Amino acid sequence: MRFMKKFAAALLGAAMVVAVCPTGVANATEINTYTYNYDYWGIEYESPDAYTPLSFTEGHTLGTTDMKLPQSLYARDNMLYIVDTGNSRILEVAVDVESMTLVREITEITGDVEVTALNSPNDVYVAENGDLYIADTGNFRILHVNKDLEFIKEITKPDDPTVDADIQFEPTKLSVERAGRVVVLAKNVNKGFMRFETDGTYIGFMGANKVTFNFADYLKKLFSTRAQRAQMESFVPTEYNNIYIDANSFIYCSTAVFEEADAQAGNATPIRKLNSYGDDILIRNGEMPPMGDWSWDNAAGMNGPSRIADITAMPDETYYAVDRIRGRLFGYDEQGHLLYAFGGTGTKLGYFTLPSSIEHIGTDLFVLDATTAAVTRFKRTEFGDMIHNALAEYREGHYDVSSDYWEQVLDRNGNYELAYIGIGRSLLRQEKYQEAMKYFEVKRDARNYSRAWKYYRKEWVEKNMGYVIVAILVLVAIMPIFKLIKKIRWEAKLEYEYERKLRKKNK
Amino acid sequence: MSMSANLEKRINKQTFERYLSSLRYSMYVITHPFDGMWDLTHEKRGSIAAGNTILLLFFLTNLWNMRFEKFLFNRVRWERVNIWQQILGTLFPLLIYCVANWCLTTLFDGKGRLKDIYLGMCYSLTPYILLINPCTIISNFVTKDEGDFLAYFESLALVWCGALILVSVMQIHDYSLMKAIMAIIFSIVGMMIIVFLLLLFFSLISDAVAFFISIYKEILFRVY
Repeated sequence: MRFMKKFAAALLGAAMVVAVCPTGVANATEINTYTYNYDYWGIEYESPDAYTPLSFTEGHTLGTTDMKLPQSLYARDNMLYIVDTGNSRILEVAVDVESMTLVREITEITGDVEVTALNSPNDVYVAENGDLYIADTGNFRILHVNKDLEFIKEITKPDDPTVDADIQFEPTKLSVERAGRVVVLAKNVNKGFMRFETDGTYIGFMGANKVTFNFADYLKKLFSTRAQRAQMESFVPTEYNNIYIDANSFIYCSTAVFEEADAQAGNATPIRKLNSYGDDILIRNGEMPPMGDWSWDNAAGMNGPSRIADITAMPDETYYAVDRIRGRLFGYDEQGHLLYAFGGTGTKLGYFTLPSSIEHIGTDLFVLDATTAAVTRFKRTEFGDMIHNALAEYREGHYDVSSDYWEQVLDRNGNYELAYIGIGRSLLRQEKYQEAMKYFEVKRDARNYSRAWKYYRKEWVEKNMGYVIVAILVLVAIMPIFKLIKKIRWEAKLEYEYERKLRKKNK
Repeated sequence: MSMSANLEKRINKQTFERYLSSLRYSMYVITHPFDGMWDLTHEKRGSIAAGNTILLLFFLTNLWNMRFEKFLFNRVRWERVNIWQQILGTLFPLLIYCVANWCLTTLFDGKGRLKDIYLGMCYSLTPYILLINPCTIISNFVTKDEGDFLAYFESLALVWCGALILVSVMQIHDYSLMKAIMAIIFSIVGMMIIVFLLLLFFSLISDAVAFFISIYKEILFRVY
């Protein structure tokens, strides 16, 4: 009974703890800077700007009429091509260090073709020799013209059984591989990219999602009626919404079709890098895969995870994605680590309402906003340069120099995860394992820490092998002595007991 | 005077030795569960003191694991750990299990008393202490890849503990295997009911308290 009482008291006490304890710990921090990043725990922290907005260019600043719902940008050398879909034209803009000047407006082509005027084009690609490939969506064709806008060829809907006969051919995004093969993304097509040979013949689809088997769905279907089953969403493969072909002919593409729960768990792959077989080969070594924001709340009409609208990849294998939901830009290194995130929605310089495209010339970024119909130009800051220099030097194998740059980054942002890991990696290369471990531990980089620890452990064992052996030998030597002592004590105890018994008997 | 002091000392020593032997008995229980669990209560080989010790060690094992396991295998933010929440998360469910199991088994001719159930549960936790603590220590000497086997040991500990609890229900209440399994399942249902009732109780109490506080404030406001 006493036990029961105590037990009940303990139970009540514990239950009272439930009532008194605060249930949650607030962990959201307000970020007041333009640029931010995430730490190991997925918490945002402030960062110095890696990119700052330089200029805001509308149609009238270029000396022409304002743009209407522009959809795409393309950059070749120092020329920027803005596809002004609403006005059925393409603006060719020369970009120099400070300013942007309009070179020509492309509204019409010349040559042996029926329709010469562009009709709401959605995308453009400019080849190295100046040839233009235009996704002339309103005319249901892809135009290939030379640099003087003389007609070379056009690609229309392929006559192929794999292409749905009922739908119009409305190319929305296109890019061209180095060999001249055209990769096209068309409206209402969800089998992946359409590829066309250099002469315009149709090759086939590429990069479609593999349909995966889901056991939960199977169970659900097993226990549902036919009508319910018909209502259920069928397996819809990915619809991509943009493509970018980098210098090595890999296709960066983005998709907005994924489950929010997958994104929260870090399993969504909104950004992909496809090789020529259509396999996703993007490296995802960060805490979270490249997917824009790691966490989000639903406020002010902006719901769900980031929806990537466009990607651009720089020659140093860093790439930038733009989120059309919250108007943010995300920079990634080739390992898939988030370098920095910046931007937002609004009407100030450096903020967007509906970003539709991103491009780069040199290290400058150009972001096209469909609603404000303007191009925002970003310039890399000193801080951004340091990060990129550090990454570049590491790629080159100059680990010391890379480490020096990371040190400079740390001077400006003591929270910068990659800097700690970068310094750690260069220390690892210099065989300073213990120091490297310290750096990796700060940012909880398990993989690199394990590597450093393995070497350090090996070194330690080799250095102290003598002591270890001596210790084991001593232990082996001491063991019998202990046993002997135990035996003696036991015998003494027996003797004592025996004597006591004898004494008792004698009493 | 000195005789009685001596006697007291001897008794204490005997109690302590009894405590130690009942604690040592947990080793026998985890290796010979059927035999051990029977003798634990029916032959009075176990003691509440030893049970309490094992429960405390179980709680500490969890804490030590959170604190001292290498960060390679451990995603705990130590600065965010709340000791009360830890108590709630580990000890509270176990204690509620005892109560729920007792409530259920007294209705279905279980032989065990609450004390016996508590003892059986405490002794069943021994493998957890024996396996997790070495894992915590070893985790500091291995790389991430080598640490995969730690996960196996952790699941082994849980399976072992679960099996022991099952056997403890069988032996303490003199149940068949099926009946023991059913008893455990319905104990879990009972636990949920208890938690629900506790929450209800405390929310009502806090409402009542809030009511009297507001009356007090109202009076203060009106009178002065």
